[in-house]
Amino acid sequence: MNSDVLVQAKSVERTFRRGSETIQVLDALDLQIKRGEFLALMGPSGSGKSTLLNLIGGLDRPNNGTISVDGEQIDQMNESKLAAWRARHVGFVFQFYNLIPVLNAQRNVELPLLLTNLSKTERRKQAELALEIVGLSHRIKHFPRTLSGGEQQRVGIARAIASDPTLLLCDEPTGDLDRKSGDEILELLTALNQDHGKTIIMVTHDAHAATCATRTLYMDEGKLTAEMKP
Amino acid sequence: MKYLSFIFTNLGRKKIRSSLTFLSIMIAFILYGLLGAVQAALSQGVDVAGADRLVVRHKVSIIQLLPISYTQRISQIEGVDLVTHFVWFGGIYQDPKNFFPQMPVEPESFLDMYPEFTLPANQVEKWKETRTGAIVGRKSADRFGWKIGDRVPIQATIWPKVDGSRNWEFDVVGIYDSDKKGTDLTQFFFRYDYFDETRSRGSGLIGWYVVRVGDPDRAVEVASTIDETFANSPYETKAETEGAFVQAFAKQMGNITAIVIAIMGAVFFTILLVAGNTMGQSVRERIVELGVMKAIGFTDKKVLAIVLSESITLSTLAGGLGLLLSWILVQGMSDSLSGIFPVFYLPSSSIVWGAGFTLLLGFIAGAIPAFQAKQLRIADALRR
Repeated sequence: MNSDVLVQAKSVERTFRRGSETIQVLDALDLQIKRGEFLALMGPSGSGKSTLLNLIGGLDRPNNGTISVDGEQIDQMNESKLAAWRARHVGFVFQFYNLIPVLNAQRNVELPLLLTNLSKTERRKQAELALEIVGLSHRIKHFPRTLSGGEQQRVGIARAIASDPTLLLCDEPTGDLDRKSGDEILELLTALNQDHGKTIIMVTHDAHAATCATRTLYMDEGKLTAEMKP
Repeated sequence: MKYLSFIFTNLGRKKIRSSLTFLSIMIAFILYGLLGAVQAALSQGVDVAGADRLVVRHKVSIIQLLPISYTQRISQIEGVDLVTHFVWFGGIYQDPKNFFPQMPVEPESFLDMYPEFTLPANQVEKWKETRTGAIVGRKSADRFGWKIGDRVPIQATIWPKVDGSRNWEFDVVGIYDSDKKGTDLTQFFFRYDYFDETRSRGSGLIGWYVVRVGDPDRAVEVASTIDETFANSPYETKAETEGAFVQAFAKQMGNITAIVIAIMGAVFFTILLVAGNTMGQSVRERIVELGVMKAIGFTDKKVLAIVLSESITLSTLAGGLGLLLSWILVQGMSDSLSGIFPVFYLPSSSIVWGAGFTLLLGFIAGAIPAFQAKQLRIADALRR
């Protein structure tokens, strides 16, 4: 595999059963994502965007086909190996932030670092650094309920980058935010891509958000239907 | 250890619910501790009963008396090392509520028979010199404020004196203690010779014998020989080990262990449902969070361990505090209940079992929710 290629999906199929019906969500999909890319995935609801994101992030497994990230074929890994791989290589940003409400911003960001061998002081320092990168140094002791939506999403991003992953997977990161906050999040993601070299895959319905990406792929009925570069 | 703070934070997320569950478990273990002390009190003596001691009583009942002349005959039986005897005096000190056992004994053989009673040598000598002398356990001495040299009047209910009066007076010449946990320190012993000469009836009769055998393994055999020796006499005997005697005495009130197990079984089952429901709700409320944790790299097993640890932490802290409080309560109640339960303490075996139950309760209550958390599929959890 070309060392520039970070993610490679080959003939990926994913089906789900709903009662007696089998739904083909991804249909023999092939995809390559280069290291350092900011890829936007667009398409109507049910087109398979989030399913593809889950497969690339090792949250789900394909029925057929292979998925390799940074040379490692993740669809063959067992559960614990896959969990360890996710902890090392992937950061997730969710539409509804999904912060732990009983932990303050710093402890939310520290959560993935519990899986590392870092000491308590090192974990705290790294969490503070991640919060500084997202511009929330002044809110580290705040609990999610005392933060605005934009700030919560920044904490979510800080948590995603805390363990310095190769890949950031963002599932509609601006979907729950007003335009201003959404723009700030997009600026932050762009900075992480351009200044910190993070490869980002972002699922979005928002064409404006997709303009920040270096490449946009359109999906429909489980297939890639179009590609656009700015 | 690095997850401990996270576990405590999770337990504190629904403070009222966690507090109520905590209190339920704590109260259950207070009850467990108190019942453990009551059980120990009702079967008092079983633990401290000497394996080498036999109790010989009248075959019909313990209230039937035996002749003192058996002392000589029993001591001649092969395997018997020592014989001493007791009579139940059953007197009242000031008020019937001030109950404590009083028994006339023969000091020398009595003290030889019960090395667990510690009495200073000068007090032993004084007892032997003083016909009206009595020794009393530390607990009763403290309870009634008696000290050496005090004259204690006791109203007889069974044994009037030759002059027809029921007022017996004894001189406290010694206060005994014991290093052995569970030893009854409420008893009052006075001299048999004084008792026998002063009582108006029953002269030469005693209540029961205690016999020490040389080889505890032969205790049952010696007991049979004693019974055979006095078979078909006007005073037939029933000899048994001290432990069996005490146990049979306790069983007169019913099978205490079975009653305690039944009560605690019902209590623990209810608490199990309460704690299980708390943990179940706690997991159901944070399905998405658990999904996020798995997404960021927590393995299924780690998630299972965290949920299980929350349950075990809650149960062991609440149960541990309950055990501690029950121990404090038992210590505090020990003196005030000494009239009813001469020996009232929380046995260390009950504490050890209790600690085990706290772990077991936490494990069982958390097992199903933890398993559900483990089985959770990330994609499904995040869709909620």
